[in-house]
Amino acid sequence: MGAGHAHVLYRDRTSPVHRLPPEVKITAMVLFSIAVVATPREAFWAFGGYAVLVLLVAALARIGLRWLLSRALIELPFVVFAFALPFLGHGERVVWLGLELSVDGLYGGWNILAKGTLGVLASLLLAGTTTMRDLLLGLDRLHCPQIITQIATFMLRYLDVLVGEARRMRVARISRGDDPRFVWQLRGFAVGVGALFLRAFERGERVYLAMVARGYQGRMPAAWRTAGAATVRHWLVAATVPLAATGIAATALVLG
Amino acid sequence: MIGYVDSLPAADPPSLDVRGVHYSYPDGHVALRGVDLTVPRGGRLALLGPNGAGKTTLVLHLNGILSGGAGTVTVGGLTVDRDRATLAEIRRRVGIVFQDPDDQLFLPTVAEDVAFGPANLGLRGAELEARVVEALDAVGMTEHRDRAPQHLSFGQRRRVAVATVLAMHPEILVLDEPSSNLDPAARRELAAILRRLPVTLLMVTHDLPYALELCDRSVILDAGRIVADGTTVDLLTDQELLARHRLELPYGFDPTLAARQLAAQG
Repeated sequence: MGAGHAHVLYRDRTSPVHRLPPEVKITAMVLFSIAVVATPREAFWAFGGYAVLVLLVAALARIGLRWLLSRALIELPFVVFAFALPFLGHGERVVWLGLELSVDGLYGGWNILAKGTLGVLASLLLAGTTTMRDLLLGLDRLHCPQIITQIATFMLRYLDVLVGEARRMRVARISRGDDPRFVWQLRGFAVGVGALFLRAFERGERVYLAMVARGYQGRMPAAWRTAGAATVRHWLVAATVPLAATGIAATALVLG
Repeated sequence: MIGYVDSLPAADPPSLDVRGVHYSYPDGHVALRGVDLTVPRGGRLALLGPNGAGKTTLVLHLNGILSGGAGTVTVGGLTVDRDRATLAEIRRRVGIVFQDPDDQLFLPTVAEDVAFGPANLGLRGAELEARVVEALDAVGMTEHRDRAPQHLSFGQRRRVAVATVLAMHPEILVLDEPSSNLDPAARRELAAILRRLPVTLLMVTHDLPYALELCDRSVILDAGRIVADGTTVDLLTDQELLARHRLELPYGFDPTLAARQLAAQG
């Protein structure tokens, strides 16, 4: 199998943030994001406050700035539009370095960029301090529909198996003279994807049979959902971040 | 305790009793044409047969995943039917270890996967944990309990698959091609573990030396029927019988000699 030992997003550390139960962290992240989104775009100081909060949590979680920022690049394709807004916007215009920019567009672009980045950073902090496994457990404890957490659990478990299968099929194809670099040999690849789908489907059936053979009746056993659940203290500790964020947002709203 | 074999009265019903089971697939292909099979408590039976003989179809009948044809399957005195409670109990009693451990192990850690079966039986807390510890110990995988199944070697994964079933305290352990894809060392380790387990065993295989090593009795299933039943060494020395049913010993393997060596080892 080989692959799978490496975590794409999780940073294996010990820190107070890592130790918090996942459901607490998920809730804190969601509330923080809502506070950020609710903040009026003109309240620049508020976004500075949020950034300070993010940096504090990152320091507490012993997650480096470099790691955070490099992973945050994922938002780029989504915020490209933000850079276009100052040129496309209507209304009042300002001249800057010879460019005629729309004030409204500048605000709009800033709005997307700042809120998007803060949201991505908060999600990265969650993913960096919580294993995939715990994320699912947390969602389950927050009463996210079981079917969703089950599907996600299976994806997590079988991703490696499927990637391994795809790799073996590719090696077998190349060994028989297929060279996927050439466009006209895409056919082999397309057939491979079809075959992979079929294999995934057949495996799904076999996995289900094996589960039924061990007494599965459509619901995951509840036994391991309760162990290690969050206490009041955990909730209080984690509440500091979203509370601070809500405070900032409320102040910004009142002042704005 | 996983096993109970030491303390059983001889009059107990057999662990597995299959009577006249027929089955055709929805496309009309007839897979089983009247199978009769009995495994006494504590017995070890090898079910031999070529590919396509109906072995896996028969296995899926043992715990009621497939049904609908004629005939009955009785496990430790309880007959398989469509009743929900009966099926749940049957699935506890029949522990099937499937051929590909990746089909069986679907949870993120070994311990959770072993706990899945007993948790489905309603166990929780310390009792559940005790089952996990006991089952992992029985297959020598205790130190890997918190690892992800996909990070284990194939042989280790097969052993964990055996543990996932042992944790349910089955009446009979059914292994589908237990030696497939194992390297010789993993194959030997698994044999040692299986021999130690105090359970009734039904081993489905076309690996004839493995059958000889682990089971004193064997039956041959071909074209949906049991065509031979006897001691494993008798069946394996009958060249003509084996050839008729597309079974072959590995080159150079002498079943008589191997049986003598096994007997000498005790």
